[in-house]
Amino acid sequence: MTDTSFVRTAMLPPQEPPVTQRGAVKWLRENLFSSPLNSVLTVLGIAAILSLIGAALPWLFNSVWNAASLKECREIIWAAAGPEATGACWALIRERWHQFLFGFYPQDLFWRPVLAMGLLMISLAPALYYGLRRANVMMVGPVSVLTFIALVLLDHDPTHLALFVLLLGGLTAVAWFAPKRLILLTILYPLLGYFLLWGGSVWGPVGVAAGFALLAVVYTLAKRVVGVVVATGAGVVAAAIWWLMVQTSVTTALHGAMPWGIPGVNSDQFGGFLLAFVIGVTAIGASLPIGILLALGRRSDMLLIKTLCVGFIEFVRGVPLITVLFVATLLLGYFLPPQTNFDLILRVIILVTFFSAAYLAEVIRGGLAALPKGQYEAADALGLDYWQAQRLIIMPQALKIAIPGIVSSFIGLFKDTTLVAFVGLMDPLKGVTTIVRADTAWKGIYWEPYIFVGAIFFAVCFGMSRYSMYLERKLKTDHR
Amino acid sequence: MSLATEAPKDSFRLSMLVFDTRYRSYTIQVSVLILLLLFLGWITDNTIANLSQRGKDIDFGFLWQRAGYDIDQQLIPYTNDSTHGRATIIGLLNTLLIAIIGCVLATVVGIVAGVLRLSKNWLVARIMTVYVEVFRNIPLVLWIILIFVVFTETMPQPKDFKITEDMVAAGEEPKASMLFGVIAITNRGSNLPGPLLDRPLPTYEIATVPVNLSVLAFLAVLAGSIYANLRLLRHARAVQEETGIRPTTWWKTLLILVLPSVLLLAAMGFHLEYPAIKGFNFTGGLIINHSFTALLIALVLYTGAFIAEIVRGGIQAISRGQSEAAFALGLRPGRTMNLVILPQALRVIIPPLISQYLNLTKNTSLGIAVSYLDLRGTLGGITMNQTGREMECMLLMMGIYLVISLIISSIMNAYNNAVKLRER
Repeated sequence: MTDTSFVRTAMLPPQEPPVTQRGAVKWLRENLFSSPLNSVLTVLGIAAILSLIGAALPWLFNSVWNAASLKECREIIWAAAGPEATGACWALIRERWHQFLFGFYPQDLFWRPVLAMGLLMISLAPALYYGLRRANVMMVGPVSVLTFIALVLLDHDPTHLALFVLLLGGLTAVAWFAPKRLILLTILYPLLGYFLLWGGSVWGPVGVAAGFALLAVVYTLAKRVVGVVVATGAGVVAAAIWWLMVQTSVTTALHGAMPWGIPGVNSDQFGGFLLAFVIGVTAIGASLPIGILLALGRRSDMLLIKTLCVGFIEFVRGVPLITVLFVATLLLGYFLPPQTNFDLILRVIILVTFFSAAYLAEVIRGGLAALPKGQYEAADALGLDYWQAQRLIIMPQALKIAIPGIVSSFIGLFKDTTLVAFVGLMDPLKGVTTIVRADTAWKGIYWEPYIFVGAIFFAVCFGMSRYSMYLERKLKTDHR
Repeated sequence: MSLATEAPKDSFRLSMLVFDTRYRSYTIQVSVLILLLLFLGWITDNTIANLSQRGKDIDFGFLWQRAGYDIDQQLIPYTNDSTHGRATIIGLLNTLLIAIIGCVLATVVGIVAGVLRLSKNWLVARIMTVYVEVFRNIPLVLWIILIFVVFTETMPQPKDFKITEDMVAAGEEPKASMLFGVIAITNRGSNLPGPLLDRPLPTYEIATVPVNLSVLAFLAVLAGSIYANLRLLRHARAVQEETGIRPTTWWKTLLILVLPSVLLLAAMGFHLEYPAIKGFNFTGGLIINHSFTALLIALVLYTGAFIAEIVRGGIQAISRGQSEAAFALGLRPGRTMNLVILPQALRVIIPPLISQYLNLTKNTSLGIAVSYLDLRGTLGGITMNQTGREMECMLLMMGIYLVISLIISSIMNAYNNAVKLRER
């Protein structure tokens, strides 16, 4: 009898999954058509995208970059694509880009805001990546190159260009050889930026710097004897006496003896994104310390301090920014001594700073509240005093927790700089775009300027939010 | 054993005011108080000096003077003979109107976008991400102005809707036609069918407060039916607790909620008035300005993007174990969402949601970009310019906004306390 049973000696090769369970089909089934509802949504989504592309693509495809007016633009488009065709008229941006970016800043001085912007980026590097050589160079190098390219496009004077190369190259070298030293530029930047943008005599910023130096000296000398709070108070008083009473006579005398300076630019010539950045960056930089102090004050044991901080924060958060801006233009004059009249931009910056500080204080308070109580107790157990505990233990952790909130406050502040148009400043959105659209040559244009301005705002704000996500990941110390 | 002797009592020395932490806080507070009083005194002194220099005083009497300007969107009767005070109230009502409608619509948009962003559908999730990022990173003013400009520049003129006898004879169509035959959107505004009553109840004016009895009656009937519905649901719950079987309530609910209002409206002779072209413009029906439409759409889309992120964060904050545990208990997906996920997610979602409502309410003041006559447009705009009383108008306006904000945030605090997790 022959053995008919069959024993397989080799394994069958694994069969491929059915066609609906692999590759593109599987992906489509799982991600686009997993249920009837999802299928409907997908179809609707595709239809929406197609209709959007159908409208936008010919419009973008017919773009015109060279024309003197909207009418000419339309004629070019109709000649190229037939009558009734639509097309984008970017010629407007090409003709008016300098107003969108700089307002009425003198054209031959454009290098100053560009250099100020480049130096701002460079001085941000040590603040963002303190002491990290690689990161500092990665930021300073490309920024220097980009700034230089922009400067070459704006200014053709070889001596100037040589100076720019020297300055930017020097800073890159500092970032490479001594990244920690770069922080000096960050500390000096507020005065440097002011001098570059507004110009005038060099002695004004020097005098202000001398006041800060005086503050620092008094503080260091007095801190050992009378403690942090009193020493700060004494320093502020000394600096205030210098700024209010002594500085003007000293700087005037110095300017008489050595009239060094660059041409001054008036505040009413500022506009466009230059204005948005000046207000946004200053207010962001100044509101963070004030916000921290307000948050600490709100958690203070001292009843009076706490009441003051709570009252201030709740008042500011309860009113719209636009009313605060109106206070800057209409009411501030009443509150200051008669005949004092200072710059509108400065007034707006001061009030926007306090406005944003109140929001930041709430965000930072959230961070402080999220810290476990053990951290405070551990700081006390180590014998640290209040400010040491805040500086070494509490703040580093609380600020880390509060990063997403802080950055979204900053983004909100930068977007809110557009509101200064309503008190007569020339912001890129309402101020400049209205001027441009009021021109008879460009009457009736609306998509192009708003898309241009919106795209720049999007790039800046989106960049900030991505950076905050990166920072959150980098600083994450838990093991989840 | 000896009892621990008490530490010798230090006699108080003046230097302890600076160095001893027990007393230092008093020193600091007293000096802050002195500085604060000095500062306030300085400001008051300056203000008095400035006011007398400009020959002004603080006087709210202007609120009872004739306003002399027109407001085209008015919820209560107003003419240019009314007082500045009444114009302020009209503005406040316009602010509240757009804030309330905006909050409701933004919540709907935000929840839909937030849930769809978590959807397993790849395409829909991507579209929603793009929506959220685009709207969150571009200033609100841009959206308001852009939407307004698009409406006023692209919509047809009222005369384009006109059908003349020549056109009928030639068989031509007009250049523009109405949506569904009842809504006309022109470059001047949107014309919607408006509600009208044939037999309205009388309207009284009691101490300058207009009392529209028809509206009051409708609201009273509505409130009554909502209360009756709550009673019904409570009864149903009691029955369910007792017997374990929940009586069917949906048709009773529907009847209680809808029938009385419909009967009342029918009794008052409710009908719709359709807009019709007359001369060069549309008349009849509701006329809604583009400033209102643009502000509303921009606020809803902008705030909706923020709410979408809040909803997404709230749902993601609930750990997966919660839904798994609910499934293990045998709950169906719908009930899992209603009974397990949502109650927990809402605790995370509601506080930031209400602060978005607060933001939306404050952002209505951006109606300035399209000349929407809200509180800022009337009190802080035309009234201030006409009377020249900046101080009074600004203080009053900030006070009103502050009160609105404090009301909203006290609601938030009350809610937070009600749903707070009670630990230990």
